Formats: sequence, C-alpha cells, structure tokens
Amino acid sequence: MSDKYGEIIKGGLWEQNVVFSQMLALCPAMAVTTSGTNGLGMGLATTAVLTASNILVSLIRKTVSSQVRIPVFVVLIASLVTIVDMAMNAWLHELYKVLGLFIALIVVNCAILGRAESFAAKSGVLASAVDGLAMGFGFTGALTVIGLIREFLGAGTVFANASGLLGPSFAFLEMKLPGYGGALLMILPPGGFAVLGFLLAGKRILDSRSARGAQADSAGCSVASHAGA
Amino acid sequence: MTQVDLQMPSGGQAVASPHAHGGNSVRRTMLQVQVALVPATLFGFWLYGWPAFFLWAGTILSCIAWEALSLRLAGSARVRPTLLDGSAVLTGWLLAMTLPPWAPWWVALVGGFIAIVIGKQVFGGIGQNVFNPAMVARVALLVSFPVSLTQWVTPMPLSAVAGPDFVDGLRIFLSDLPMPDAISSASLLGHVKTELSRGVDMAAALGGAHAPASSWLGVRPGSLGESSAGLILVGGLFMIGTGLIGWHLPLAMLAGLAIPAAIASSVDPTRYLGAAQHLLSGAAMLGAFFIVTDYVTSPNTRSGQLLFAFCVGLLTWVIRTYGGYPEGMAFAVLLMNAMTPVIDRFFKPRILGRDRRGKALDLPDSERG
Repeated sequence: MSDKYGEIIKGGLWEQNVVFSQMLALCPAMAVTTSGTNGLGMGLATTAVLTASNILVSLIRKTVSSQVRIPVFVVLIASLVTIVDMAMNAWLHELYKVLGLFIALIVVNCAILGRAESFAAKSGVLASAVDGLAMGFGFTGALTVIGLIREFLGAGTVFANASGLLGPSFAFLEMKLPGYGGALLMILPPGGFAVLGFLLAGKRILDSRSARGAQADSAGCSVASHAGA
Repeated sequence: MTQVDLQMPSGGQAVASPHAHGGNSVRRTMLQVQVALVPATLFGFWLYGWPAFFLWAGTILSCIAWEALSLRLAGSARVRPTLLDGSAVLTGWLLAMTLPPWAPWWVALVGGFIAIVIGKQVFGGIGQNVFNPAMVARVALLVSFPVSLTQWVTPMPLSAVAGPDFVDGLRIFLSDLPMPDAISSASLLGHVKTELSRGVDMAAALGGAHAPASSWLGVRPGSLGESSAGLILVGGLFMIGTGLIGWHLPLAMLAGLAIPAAIASSVDPTRYLGAAQHLLSGAAMLGAFFIVTDYVTSPNTRSGQLLFAFCVGLLTWVIRTYGGYPEGMAFAVLLMNAMTPVIDRFFKPRILGRDRRGKALDLPDSERG
C-alpha cells in the first residue's frame, strides 16, 4: 500500500512533473516566474486548488455521470479558485498585486483539470489528495527553481520580498548580489523560455543517466542470479 | 562487382555521374570571409586601441570554448574538425565587430555563450541554426545590458598619446580600470535620435563632429568593426569578386535601406536622416555584406534573396526611424531570419528538367528518340 503512495509522490515530484515532464501549465510557469518568491506563491496557490479539487472530484466521482463530469469539475475548480483568489487578496495582498490575474487564471490551468480527469475521477479520496499534493509541490518546485534562476541572473537577488509571502521571520532568505546590474533579458519572456529549455535538457540528462544506471544494475543482478543458479 | 560497389568505392565518393569537386570546404569559405574582415578589423584596432583587440580576441576565444563544450556535451565524434572549420571563429569575429570596442570581458563571455550555445548548438550545430548566431548574441546582449552595450568611445588611435597602452588596455577589458568619462561618446545614430527627441532640428544635430565625410573612413565613435564603411565595402567586394557571395543580397539590403531614407529625407529633411548617413553609419555595411549573406539563414533562390534582403533594409530603416533603439540592423535580420522558411516556401528553385510551375520541359525532337 505504501508502495502505491510512494509511486504517486515520486511521479508528482519528478517523473510526471507538471512542468518538466507533462509540459502543462506553461503559461503561469513562464509569466509569473520573474522571481523565486512569485514562483513559490503561485505554486502554493495552485497546490491548494489542486489538492482541494482532487479531493472533491474524488468524492463525487460516483454520483456524477460521465456526460456532465467536465462542467461539474469546472464549476468545482472555479469555486475553489475564487476562494483562493479572495483569500490571497485579503491576507497576502502584496503578492496578490504581483500575481494579479494569474491567480484567477488558475481556473484554466490545464494541469488541474488534467489531474481531475486522469487521476481523481478514477481513484480514492486519499490517493487523490496525495496526488494533488505531490503534483502541486512538483509544480511549486519547478516554478520556484525557474523563478530563482531568472531572478538571480536577471536582477542579482534571491527570494526578494520573501518576507512579504512567508512572514517577516523568513527575511533571512532574501539575498542580494552586490554590484551586479543583472541581465535584463532573463526577466523578460525569452529568459523564461531559455531557462526552461536548459532545465528540461538537464532533467533529460539526469533521467538518461539513471536509466543507464538501472540497466547496468539489472544486468549485474541477472548475471549474479545466473551465477547463483 | 556489384552496382553498389560501383557507386560507392572505398573512398565513399559517388562516381556514377560526372562529378567534380571544386576544392571548396566549410573551412576554406570561413577563412575567406575572415580575410575579407581583416582590413576593417585592423582599422578598428588602430582606431580604438588595445581594449578593442582584447575584446576581439576574447570574444573569439569564448566562442571556441563554448563550441568545444557543446560538442563534448553532445557527444560529437567530430570535435576537432568542427572546431577547426572556423565557423565558431567567424561567429565570434562578427559578434566582436558589432560590440562597443571597450566592452568588458564578461560581454565577450556571455556573448559567446548566447551565440554558440543558444544561437547555434541548441539547433544542432553548423548549418542547422534558424537565426544568425552573431545577431542573436548581439540582440540578447543589447537587451540584457543596455548600459554596457551603448558605451561608445571617441576614437583614440594607437598612435595617440592619451590612448591606453597594452597593460591599460588589458585592464580596461578586465574591467579593472574604469572607463574615463571624458572619452565616452554617442554614435551618430544615437546622437541624432537623442537630439530629435529633444526637438533639435536635423541640420543642427548633424552639425559639427558628425559630418558624413568622416563616415567612409570611419574615424568616429561606433562599434569595433562597423565604423569604416569603406573598408567593410572593400571586404565585401572581395567576397563578391571571389564568388563567395552574390551581389543580390547586399545590393537589395542597401536598396531597402536607402530608398525609403531618400524618399523620407527629401520630403522632410528636418526630421529624417538622409540616405548617405543611413548607409554609412551603424551596422548597415557590415550587415549588407557579412550578415544577411549568411548561407544558412538566408533564402535559397535569387528572387527570395532579393525580397529577404530588401525587407531587412526596410525594417532597419523603420526601426532606426521610429523605434526605441537607434540601430535596428540586428533586429531586422532576426525578424527576417524567422521569415526565411516562409520565403523559401514561395520562392522554390526550379526543378531540373521542369519549368517554374513544375511541368516537364519539352524536349527537342532530336532527343526524344
């Protein structure tokens, strides 16, 4: 049983990562990742919506007929996004001003409807919740990494305004490279695409290395088992 | 002997048809283009002193290093031959020509990365790139570092007493020595743009130091290798003379720039720069002979090339006149590079044995048998 959840978590964080593997939700992934803080905030907001929508969809999966399931999912997701939108406006107003429209646009984030359709509508509540969290944190991680790289290269800062998102106790995260003017291009859209491209290439290198490692391992095992037999 | 053996002997060369190798190669072509660049480059060194030389050398070294790294990462079996074919050297050289002569070392390093890795190797290496690598790097640098990329220096020939000596030149390149404020200056196009936006008349803006006569020679602030329109023209004519490039691309590009400039300046000379100033300043000459003539990123057919290059010239004029940047050559080239596949789709070369519409040609009766 724990194996199943392990698979879900591993898939969400790495193997089926929303941005790096499924190449979904690229619009927010490009548009808001001008800083690590923005990426983190957007990722966490999406995680909240994704987890809640996965749970709700899983709960109603047996009562909703397949003909009307998409509109029902959309209504659910839209309501959740509205709640998150209003909550962020109330309690994280500074970040809300930066992310602005993109919070409302979580509703059309294909990753959320995609998970509802491909996972939550077919799985139990607990598994769906774990999947939502894992996918959400995978998305958050991707956005934060893209944001951090773009922010560092483009403005020479790390987690600028993080205290506005996480509270004043997280001000220690904020760093600034003195005397670095920054490469403006990295903050602009081309920088986002370039960073995403290099990260994708990096992930492919890691994946192919580990695949080769696994092959070598299994080859070694089979030799050993033959020798044992 | 089987037929396969007949067509592909041990050397791997086709012999079935009467083929003859012209002796040309990537390496030889690249070398000839570099020879054509030598006069303007040497003049740039003389004009702007040692920092310009170090920038030139640094940009080329950076391009070679990034190319070597990319080839290694890609697991290429032809690292040495590809490095020695001179394409990375030429990319670095062309990029250096468009940079401010006293730009610091990191401009060379980052520029080489953008040109070679993002502009060329990501697409699959030599011959595969959609955009001209040197122009990709030039535009990316300009957008990223607007201050460093627009710091022109007044010409300070090697013979001048006030010019930096070898060691000081190296220190300027390594940003160890701050650039003296007194010698920074604006290029002609930048100067005109600023003056016009201040409401100064064109005639007043052009007065004094920026007389067009100095443009042929190029003793004025500008990029390392763009200042001397005359020497670039010499290199370009050398390339046309040796058959390296056709006359279509350069001529069409210069016409695309000169015609709208001439029309506009004859209508309202107080607001528009004349054709001569457009042709002789900025990257116009370098672009016409060395950039738009890139084999990889320009269309295949003569008519396609004429359209392509004319549009580059026209867009350059539009960006220079109405855009936010004083110089628009690189932007125009990149925009038209993106259009090259479309142009190639509509201007296809004639298929051998068929007319332009693809119908089989009528054979003379004697050959019909």
